[in-house]
Amino acid sequence: MTDTKKVPAIAMRGISKAFASVKANQDIGFSVEAGEIHALLGENGSGKSTLMNILSGIYLPDSGEIDIHGERVIFRSPRDSMAKGIGMIHQHFKLVENLTALDNIIAGTGHGLFIDRAAARAKISALSEQFAMGIDPDRRISTMSVSEKQTVEILKVLYRGSQILILDEPTAVLTPQEITHLFQILHRMRQNGQAIVFISHKLNEVLSLCDRVTVLRQGRTIGTVRTDLTTTTELVEMMVGRAVDLSIDRPVVQGSGPCLEIEGLSVLDTSGVHRLNNVGFSLSHGEILGVAGLSGSGQKELCEAIAGLQIPSEGSIRFHGNEIVGKSPREIIKMGISMSFIPEDRLGMGLVASMDIADNILLKDYAFHKGPFIDRKAARTKARQIVSQLAINTPGIFHTVRKLSGGNIQKVILGREINLNPRLLITAYAVRGLDIHSSYTIYSLINEQKQKDVAVLFIGEDLDVLLELCDRILVLCNGEVTGIVRASDVTKEQIGLMMAGESLQEKEVVL
Amino acid sequence: MRLRIAKKETAGGWRAAAIRIISVLVALLFSGLIMAAMGFDPIAAYLAIAKGSFGSARGLINTVTVAIPLLIVALGLSISFSMRFWNIGGEGQMVMGAIFATYAAHQLPETTPAVLYWVTMALAAMIGGGLYALIPGLFRAYSGTNETLFTLMLNYVAIKVAVFLRLVLWKDPAAKGFPQIKAIPEAAHLPKIFGVHIGWIIALVVTVFVAIYLKYTKRGYETRVVGESERTAHYAGINVRRVLVGGVALSGAIVGLAGFAKLSGVSHVLSESIGGGNGFSAVIVAWLAQLNAPVMILIALLFAAMEQGAMGMELALKIPVSVSDVIKGLILFSALASEFFISYHVVIEKGPRALLRQYRRSGRKELQADTPEGEDQA
Repeated sequence: MTDTKKVPAIAMRGISKAFASVKANQDIGFSVEAGEIHALLGENGSGKSTLMNILSGIYLPDSGEIDIHGERVIFRSPRDSMAKGIGMIHQHFKLVENLTALDNIIAGTGHGLFIDRAAARAKISALSEQFAMGIDPDRRISTMSVSEKQTVEILKVLYRGSQILILDEPTAVLTPQEITHLFQILHRMRQNGQAIVFISHKLNEVLSLCDRVTVLRQGRTIGTVRTDLTTTTELVEMMVGRAVDLSIDRPVVQGSGPCLEIEGLSVLDTSGVHRLNNVGFSLSHGEILGVAGLSGSGQKELCEAIAGLQIPSEGSIRFHGNEIVGKSPREIIKMGISMSFIPEDRLGMGLVASMDIADNILLKDYAFHKGPFIDRKAARTKARQIVSQLAINTPGIFHTVRKLSGGNIQKVILGREINLNPRLLITAYAVRGLDIHSSYTIYSLINEQKQKDVAVLFIGEDLDVLLELCDRILVLCNGEVTGIVRASDVTKEQIGLMMAGESLQEKEVVL
Repeated sequence: MRLRIAKKETAGGWRAAAIRIISVLVALLFSGLIMAAMGFDPIAAYLAIAKGSFGSARGLINTVTVAIPLLIVALGLSISFSMRFWNIGGEGQMVMGAIFATYAAHQLPETTPAVLYWVTMALAAMIGGGLYALIPGLFRAYSGTNETLFTLMLNYVAIKVAVFLRLVLWKDPAAKGFPQIKAIPEAAHLPKIFGVHIGWIIALVVTVFVAIYLKYTKRGYETRVVGESERTAHYAGINVRRVLVGGVALSGAIVGLAGFAKLSGVSHVLSESIGGGNGFSAVIVAWLAQLNAPVMILIALLFAAMEQGAMGMELALKIPVSVSDVIKGLILFSALASEFFISYHVVIEKGPRALLRQYRRSGRKELQADTPEGEDQA
C-alpha cells in the first residue's frame, strides 16, 4: 500500500450526501497535502459547505471514505473531527466578548480541576510569535478589531494542536491591509506543515494565496488545478460550466442633474453615540455612488435615514431640492425613493418569508391601490414579469419565498424595488453571499437603472466590485466620511486606508 | 441506531390534513384510556356524547347555541393572533361587551323598536370589547409590554367589575334583596330562526367578514405582514403601531359582539359568568383552525358538541361532565404535536457499525470498478 508519495493530510474519496431528494454531494474526491493552502471554489449550492461539514463532523456522509494523515476515520461528531486535529474558522466568530483572548482560547480544553494559566499564556505567546500574529493574550475580545478577533479564532484552533485548518470566507470582513496580514499568517502556517482549506468567492485572492484549487459544481468535483497553471477565466468556467465575461461595465451616462444632497447628517443610537457624524455628499441622476466601509461604519444608518426609518439628530437630506427629513417612510417611497437592504439573514428586512412571491411583490405596491381592497391581479402580473425578467428560479409565483435560494430571494427584492420605477435606488449588500453568476446579473440590473437616469447609492463589501461598477466611492469609517473619490482615480489600497480611518483629503474630488 | 429529528422539505396539503385528523383520533384514544382507567366504558361515553349533541333536534339546537359565542370569540382572537399579538383576554373582552350592551339596553326607553335595541346594543358591545382590548394594545405598541399576561389578568378585572355591578351599582331593587342585575327588556331579546336565536346569522356574517378582511383588504394584508416581521413592515412604510393598535381594537370589538349575542340571545341577564369560558376555549378553536375563518365554524361546532354531549353523557352514564374538558385539553396537545410532525420527521440514523459495513462495501466496489468509464457528457 505504501509508496514513495507522501501521505496527504486530508483524503476524501467518493463522498456522497443527500438531503431528502437533493444530492448535495455526489462522489466527491478532495485531497489536501500537508504544507499546502488549498482553495475550495464553487457557486452557492455547489456542495462546499456540505463537504466541509462532513469534514468537521457535523454531517455523516451517506457513503465514501475519509483518511486523515493516512488513517481511516469516521467522524460522528465535531468532537471526533477536532480530536484528529481539524479546526474550522467560521465566518461568524464564536468568542465570548467579555473574556480575554487567553480565556477564550483555553475554554473547554482543560481536563483537570485547575487551569495552569501561566503555561497556557506561554504557549499562546509562543504561537503568536511563531506565526507573527501580535496578539496580547490578556486583552479583552470586546476591545479587539474584527481582524484581531479572527486571529484569536485561528490561535484557538492552533492551541488545540490542529494540523488542518478550514477557513470559511475569512477575507469578507477585512480591509485590504488586514487581508495581507492574514495571508502572512497563513504562509507561515504553510511553512510549518499545516494543511489549510481556504473557502472564498474572490478569485484573485485564491490565485495569489493558494497552491491548488478544487472546484465543485452541482455537488460534484469538477477538477483540481494548480494555481500557477490556471487563470480566473478558467476557474470561472469550471465553476459556472461555461465561459463568463468577468468585466463589469461602467457606462457613461449624461444624467439629468442632481438628485440627492445631504449635509451635516448625524444619527445617534439609543445610547447617544454618534452612528453617523456630519456626513455630507451629493448624488446625481445617472450616477452610481458606491459606499465603502467596514461593516457597522454607519452604512445602515445612512440608508435608514434617507428612507425615513431613522430620525437624524442633525442635518438635512434634500431630494430634488425638497427636505425629506421628518417625512414618513411611506411618503418617501411615494416620492420615488426605493431602498433595499439585504441583512445578514437576507429575510429579516424587505421580505415576508412565509408569503409567496406575489404577496411579497405586493408589499411595496398595495398602498397605491385604490379603495380598501388589495388588487392581487395586478401584483400577480407584476410578479410574473419580475420572475421572467430576472430569471428567478422558482416553480411559480405562488411559491413561498422562504423556500427560494439566497440568490433568488435577493432577485425578488431587487426586482420589486426596480419595478417601482424609482428615481433614487438605494441598495445595500445586494450581492451578499451570492455566487458569481447571480452577482453579475445584479450588477447589470443596477447598470440598467443608471442608464435609465436613476440615481443609485450602492453600499457594497467587495472593493474590486465597487471600483469597477461605481462612478464615485464614498468611504465611511466610524460614521464619518473619510473621502469621496472618483473610482477611476483610486487604488484598492488607498480605499483600504480610508476605511481604516485615514483621510485622503488631498485626493478628494469635490463635485 | 439513533433517532434524529430532521426538517421536512415539503408537507403536502392532504398529508398535513391527514396528520391533523390522526392527532384528533389519538386524543380520543387517550381520553378513552383515561375513562377506562376511571372505570367507565369509553365507547358508550362517545356514543352518549354524539347522541346528546347531534342525536335530537333539541340537542342540535343546544349545540349550535353553544357554538355561536365560541365561534365569534375565536374569529375575533384570530385577528390578534395573525399579528402575533397573543390575546388571551377574550373572556374579559366578552364580559365587557356584555356590560356595555346591558348599559345600552337600560338607557333606551322601553318603547324602542326591537331592531334599534339590537343595533345599539351590538355597537355598545363592540365599543366595550374594543376599548378593553385597546388597553393592552396601546401598552404593547408604545412600551413593548408583554400582552399575554396583560390580557390574561384583564379577564379577572372584567369579571370582578361585573361582580361589583351585580352586587352594588346595578343591583336590581325589584329582586327583593337578591343580588342580581335587572334583565334586559323583552324587546331586546334576539328572535329565533330555525329554533336558534339569530346570533348564528351574526356569527356567519362575522366569519365572512374576517375571512375577507384578512385575505383581501389592505389592512388585513398589513396585519399579516406585521405578524410576520415588524421590521419588514417598517421597511415597507407600514405604520406598525397603528396597525397593531387598530387590529387589537377590532379583535376586541368582535369578541365584545359575542358578549352581546350571549346576552341578548341566551342569558338576558348580565352576570360575571356570561363569558362561560368561551374566551379560553376560543384560543384552542382559533389555533386548531390554523386561523382559517371557515374552518373555525367546524371546530367551534365540534367543541360545542362535546360540551353539549357531555351533559347527555353525565345523565346517561354518570360520567362527570369535566371529562369533556380532559378531551379538549388532549385534543389541543395532540394538535400541537401534529404541527411538529407536519414540519419535521424522525429519521432512524444508521449506527457506526452499519456505516462501517457500508464503507467496507463501497470500498470493495471501488476496487472492482477501478476502470474509468466515460463520463456522460452532453
